[in-house]
Amino acid sequence: MARNEAEIGTKKSTFMKWIDDRFPYTETMKYHITEYYASKNFNFWYIFGVLAMVVLVIQFVSGIFLTMNYKPSSADAFASVEYIMRDVQWGWLIRYMHSTGASFFFVVVYLHMFRAMLYGSYQKPRELIWIIGMMIFFVLFAEAFAGYLLPWGQMSYWGAQVIISLFGAIPGIGEAIVEIIRGDYSISDITLNRFFALHVVVLPIALLGLVFVHIVALHHVGSNNPDGIEIKDHKGPDGVPLDGIAFHPYHTTKDLVGIIIFLMIFSAVMFFAPDMGGYFLEHANFEPANVMATPERIAPVWYFTPFYAILRAVPSKLWGAALMALSVLAPLFLPWLDRSRVKSIRYRGPIYKTALGLFVISFCTLGWLGMQPAEGVYVVMARIFSVIYFGFFIAMPYYTTIDKTKQVPDRVVYHG
Amino acid sequence: MGRFPRFGVPLVALLLAGGVFAASTIELEPTGNDPDNINSLQRGAKNFMNYCAGCHSAKYVRFNIIGRDLELSEDQLIENLMFNAEKTFETIQATMPLDDAARWFGQPPPDMSLMARARGTDYVYNFMKGFYLDPDSPTGVDNLVLKGTSMPHVLWELQGYQSATFVQDEKEEGTTHFEGFETVTAGSMTAEEFDNFARDTANFLEYISEPIRSTRRVLGVWVLIYLSIFLVIAIMLKRQVWKDVS
Repeated sequence: MARNEAEIGTKKSTFMKWIDDRFPYTETMKYHITEYYASKNFNFWYIFGVLAMVVLVIQFVSGIFLTMNYKPSSADAFASVEYIMRDVQWGWLIRYMHSTGASFFFVVVYLHMFRAMLYGSYQKPRELIWIIGMMIFFVLFAEAFAGYLLPWGQMSYWGAQVIISLFGAIPGIGEAIVEIIRGDYSISDITLNRFFALHVVVLPIALLGLVFVHIVALHHVGSNNPDGIEIKDHKGPDGVPLDGIAFHPYHTTKDLVGIIIFLMIFSAVMFFAPDMGGYFLEHANFEPANVMATPERIAPVWYFTPFYAILRAVPSKLWGAALMALSVLAPLFLPWLDRSRVKSIRYRGPIYKTALGLFVISFCTLGWLGMQPAEGVYVVMARIFSVIYFGFFIAMPYYTTIDKTKQVPDRVVYHG
Repeated sequence: MGRFPRFGVPLVALLLAGGVFAASTIELEPTGNDPDNINSLQRGAKNFMNYCAGCHSAKYVRFNIIGRDLELSEDQLIENLMFNAEKTFETIQATMPLDDAARWFGQPPPDMSLMARARGTDYVYNFMKGFYLDPDSPTGVDNLVLKGTSMPHVLWELQGYQSATFVQDEKEEGTTHFEGFETVTAGSMTAEEFDNFARDTANFLEYISEPIRSTRRVLGVWVLIYLSIFLVIAIMLKRQVWKDVS
């Protein structure tokens, strides 16, 4: 070898020097990639951040190609989707990629959020990262909701009808808000057009901006780890955290393995079960929107159903809508509700572990209940699990204070 | 006349025909079709064009795509399937004008392009087999799967006419459940032959609801093989890079 490593690392070409005098390229690459140090003991749960980025790229690329062939008008929308599925070269692949990606976005984001709850990633000093993340989640909800209207199927139409009408429950200004959202007295061509604008322009831009800020904040504070220990508290003489390893090449090569496994699962769904038994693509949405015929059962897509179940658990429309909004907003307050001295579940006591377990059970059960008809025992169950869902948040300041925590070690636990 | 009768009558007709009562708890008999069986799909295509396409369109389905997937030559398409189409790239249009259909039946017969995907293959299979005599109905028949359907028993020549037996429920008073069919007049086909006829046709409807199905499954295998190889390389790369992490 003619050149040693130090030389390669330090020697800049005149071209790079020219660039760096005008744009902080090398500095930015070091700060965010080659000299961004994150704990070496990341486990399974730490893959979902990068996977969310992967899905974001999938949605952008497939979305751009869909936009080239889709027609945002109530007369043509449904037919143009079938045109994409049947007549456009590789159109079916682009469409399935986008519809599968929508569901996987929520799979990944829900698991990403659960990771934060497992290891206290929202706690000080990462409150802002969590809040920005929650804002991404809200925008993602809006993005998915707007996108779901576009195929103009029966569920697109009636699902939007039900959800938009919820805003009418707001006293006084409710009906006015509903009219502003729809742009009409009912869901129509006008609604479809503005939802298209929101789905392909406004919300994606907001999403990109928020993701950028999310990562800037993360790299400023540094990543948490499964032990909930600040690796920056133990630095070597070179100023590098002793338990930290560079994002590139260490975490990138590890993430690559995770990304490929994820793509295999993604492809398995996309190529062999794009409907996912009616959960990813609802059967009723293969019928064009019909203003005259309400479907027997209107069920939102699976990622909305936990909150939809809470809505239907309440007999009053106003309070149902209010509680549903609150259930979506509740995680926003986690950094201040959690009074525990430790971050990670590894060092938490039995009370928090039980509470988190109950929360997961209630969230999943509510998700299932949101797909069932709102009658009989289902309503009773939805009420019980809604109470547990909110109880997890409301009682948190209390039970995290009295919970017996374990001694947190000085350095992260890592077994080679 | 007030507003109600003008808007109300077609609305009620539509609701009756459109399956407001489709919430029945009839258990659907599994179709048992094989979407990879080209012969069955070819027979289904013939059945559809001969018995269904007079009234039902499949407006997203092109003849040349059927020809490509079902291994039919252009001449075979023109002679056997394209009764009211000139060019092979045309889509399947119903022979009956939609306006007339809407006047005759209360609503135009639905497009069949996506019916199997929207309602399920078993649904269309059971629907074809589910007509029974009902003197109260304007068409003389009702359907077990779609109560109050405005569709007449088009396949009577093949299946014949059957009656349905409903028995009183023991648990809930005033409700009945379906017990079975009984042949009243025989058709030109035996029960088994007619089952096969309906199965092939349902199979074809499943095929046209997603013509790309077999392509995506074949491609999916290759994608997974590629990713598996890529995965091995990625794992080796990770191990190499992580050697010095302790």
